[in-house]
Amino acid sequence: MNHTPLWASESFWKKVAIWVTAGSFVLLIVLTFDSMSKVQAGSRRVPAYSVINQKIDYRFDAQLNRYMPVIGGDEPLFDRPLSEAEAEALVTLGKKTTQAKNCINCHTILGNGAYYAPDLTKSWLDPNWIDAGNRENLMLAFLKNPPGNARTYGTGRRMPHLGITDEEARGVIAFLKWMSAIDTNGFPHNFKTLYAQEE
Amino acid sequence: MLNIAALSGKIQEAFGALDRHHLNGGQRLAVKYFAVAMILFLAQLLFGLLAAIQFVWPGFLFDLVDFSVNRMVHINAMVVWMLYGFIGSVYWFLEEESGTEIVGLKWGEIAFYVLTGAVVIVVLVYLLIQTGPGNDATRWLVNEGREYIEAPRWADIGIVTVMLVFFYNVAGTFAKGRWSGISGVLTLDLVALAGLYMAGMFYSTNVTVDQYWWWWVIHLWVEATWEVLVGCIMAWSLMKLIGARRRIVQTWLYIEVALMFGSGILGLGHHYFWIGTPDYWFTIGGFFSALEPVPLVAMVVHSIYDAGVHRFRSTNHPALGWIIAHTFGNFLGAGVWGFMHTLPQINLYTHGTQWSASHGHLSFFGAYATINIAFFYLAAQRWRGNVWMGGDLKDNGWKWKWSMILLNLGVMGMTVALLIAGYEQSFIERAVEGSTWGGYFAAQNQPWFVQAMLWRLVFGVVTLAGALLLTWDLLTIGAGETRLALVLEPEEELAAEPTVAVAK
Repeated sequence: MNHTPLWASESFWKKVAIWVTAGSFVLLIVLTFDSMSKVQAGSRRVPAYSVINQKIDYRFDAQLNRYMPVIGGDEPLFDRPLSEAEAEALVTLGKKTTQAKNCINCHTILGNGAYYAPDLTKSWLDPNWIDAGNRENLMLAFLKNPPGNARTYGTGRRMPHLGITDEEARGVIAFLKWMSAIDTNGFPHNFKTLYAQEE
Repeated sequence: MLNIAALSGKIQEAFGALDRHHLNGGQRLAVKYFAVAMILFLAQLLFGLLAAIQFVWPGFLFDLVDFSVNRMVHINAMVVWMLYGFIGSVYWFLEEESGTEIVGLKWGEIAFYVLTGAVVIVVLVYLLIQTGPGNDATRWLVNEGREYIEAPRWADIGIVTVMLVFFYNVAGTFAKGRWSGISGVLTLDLVALAGLYMAGMFYSTNVTVDQYWWWWVIHLWVEATWEVLVGCIMAWSLMKLIGARRRIVQTWLYIEVALMFGSGILGLGHHYFWIGTPDYWFTIGGFFSALEPVPLVAMVVHSIYDAGVHRFRSTNHPALGWIIAHTFGNFLGAGVWGFMHTLPQINLYTHGTQWSASHGHLSFFGAYATINIAFFYLAAQRWRGNVWMGGDLKDNGWKWKWSMILLNLGVMGMTVALLIAGYEQSFIERAVEGSTWGGYFAAQNQPWFVQAMLWRLVFGVVTLAGALLLTWDLLTIGAGETRLALVLEPEEELAAEPTVAVAK
C-alpha cells in the first residue's frame, strides 16, 4: 500500500469541507429570504401593529393540534383605537423601552433571555391579571412602580425601579399585547389565558 | 520588624522573572490579550456569583446592582474574555505558522489598547448607568438590551474596526509568509466571524425579525465559527504539544469543518422553533442540530488517539491536560447537553428554562474556557524561557492539577444543579401549569428548584476557588525552573514521506 486511500486524504476532505459549507450556507440564505417574507408585520404569522386595537386570545386548535393566537373583535388599548402608524409608533417605543431597561436579562421574550423572572411572550394574556377590563391599568401602575406593586408569589424576587415613564409604560403594554398575537408554533403549550379562566 | 529585603527575595523566588525576550512579536501581543482575558474571566465568575446569590437571597444588592446588571456583566465578560483568548491564541502562533513577522504589529498593539479601553468604558457604563430612557440614544450609548450583544452601538463599531485590524494581520501575515491548511481555514473562518457580527447591528421593532438576526450572531458564532476557530487552535497546539503530524491534524481539521458547518449552519434552525418563524424549521433545525455532536465526537477521538499514539509525551502537561478537557467538555457540554433538548418535541417544554442555563454553563466552559486556559499555559512556559513543563514539576504541580479539578468539578456541579432545576421547571411550569406566571412561580418555589439554586451557588464558589488557584499557578508556574522544555523527535520528516520507506 503506497498511497493514502481517498477517505483518509487531506485533499478529499478539503473539498468536502468547502462543498458542505458552501451548500449549507446557500440553503440558509434561501430559507432566510423565505422566512423573512413570512414574518413581516402584517403577515399571517406576525400580525400588523394595529392588532392592539383588537381582542387577542390564545386557544388550542384541534385541527393543528397546537395552541394558536385568536384575533377577535374590537378591544382597543386604553379604549383608544389607533391607526396603523400610531400603533407602530407606540409598539416601537415599547420595544425600545424593553431594550433600554434590559428586560431580557431577567425575563424571557419569546422564551429567550434570563430565567430570573417570568416569560413575557403571552404576559398580556396571563390569568393573573384576573379582570380583562382593568388589565391595562394594573400593568401601567406596575411598570411605573414595580417594587410598590410587587407580587413575589413567595419568592421574594421583586422588579426594581427602572424609571419607566407613563408614555414608555403604555408603549411596553402595546408591545406586549402585539407580541401575544404572534404565531409562535404553539409555544407555550397548555397556556390557559385570562379569558379561558373567565369562562 | 519586617525584613523588606527578605520578603522581596521571597516574592522574587515565588514569581520569578518573566522575560519578554523569550517571545516573538506576536507572542508579546498575545500575552497582553491573555492577561486581560484572565482578568475578565475572574470578573465573569464574580458577577456570576453575585447573580447566583440573588437567586438564593433576592434582597441582596436590590436596586443597587440588580440581577439584570450582574447577569449582563456575567455573560458579556464571558464573551469578551473568550474573544480575547482566541485573538491572543492566534497571535501566539501567527509568526511560527506563517514563518514571518506580523505585517502590522503596531496596529495590532493600538487595536489592543482601543479594545481594552472600550471594554472598560462599556463595563463602567453597565454598572454605573445601567439603563436609560426608551430611545435610540440609550441603544447607542448605554445598552442595546439584546442578550449577549448588549454592548452599545458605538462599541459595536469599535469591535468591528478592531476585528478588521486583527483580520488584516492574520491574512496579511500569512500572505507574506506561507499558507497552510490551518491558516487557510482560520482566515476564511475569521471573515465569517466578523461578518456575522454585523447581522446584530441594526434595530427592528418586529421582535421576530430582531431575534431571527440576533441568532445569526449568537448561534453562528458559538455553534459554528467559534467551533471551527478552536478547531484551528487545537490542530496547531497538538502539533506543538505532542508532535502530531501536520498532515494528520489538517485532515482532521477539514473533517471537523465539514461536519461542524454541515450540521451547525442549518442547526441554527433549532432557535427558530418558537419565535414566530415558519414551522419548517422544526424539521430542519431538529435534524441538523441533532447532528451537531458528531464533529465533537471526532475531536475527542482525534485528540485522545493522537495523544495516545505519542504515549502522552508532551512538551506541556497542563496545556495538554486542558486540551483534552476541551475536547471532552466540548463534546459533553455542547454535544450531549445540547442534544438533550434540541428536538422540538422536548424543546417545547424546556425552552426558556434553567435547562438552557445548564447547557450554557457546561458548553461555554467545556468548549472555549478550557482551550484558552491551555494557551495561557503555553504562554507561561515560553515567557519563562521555554522551561520544562512535563511531569515531575516543582511541588508535583499540585496547583495546576487542583485548579483543573476544582474548575471542572465546580462547573459540572453547577451544570447538574441547573439541569435538575430545568427538569423541574419543564415538568411543573411548562407541562403541568402551562407557563403562566402562576406556573412559573410555582416551579420557582418547588423545593427541588430551591435546593438546586443553593447547590449552584456552592459549586459556583468551588469554580471561583479553582480560578483563583489557576491565577496563582499561572503567575508562578515555571519560576525558578532550570530544565528546558522537552524536545520532541522530529517525527514529521519521517512521516512526511511514507511512500519512500515502502518503496524500498
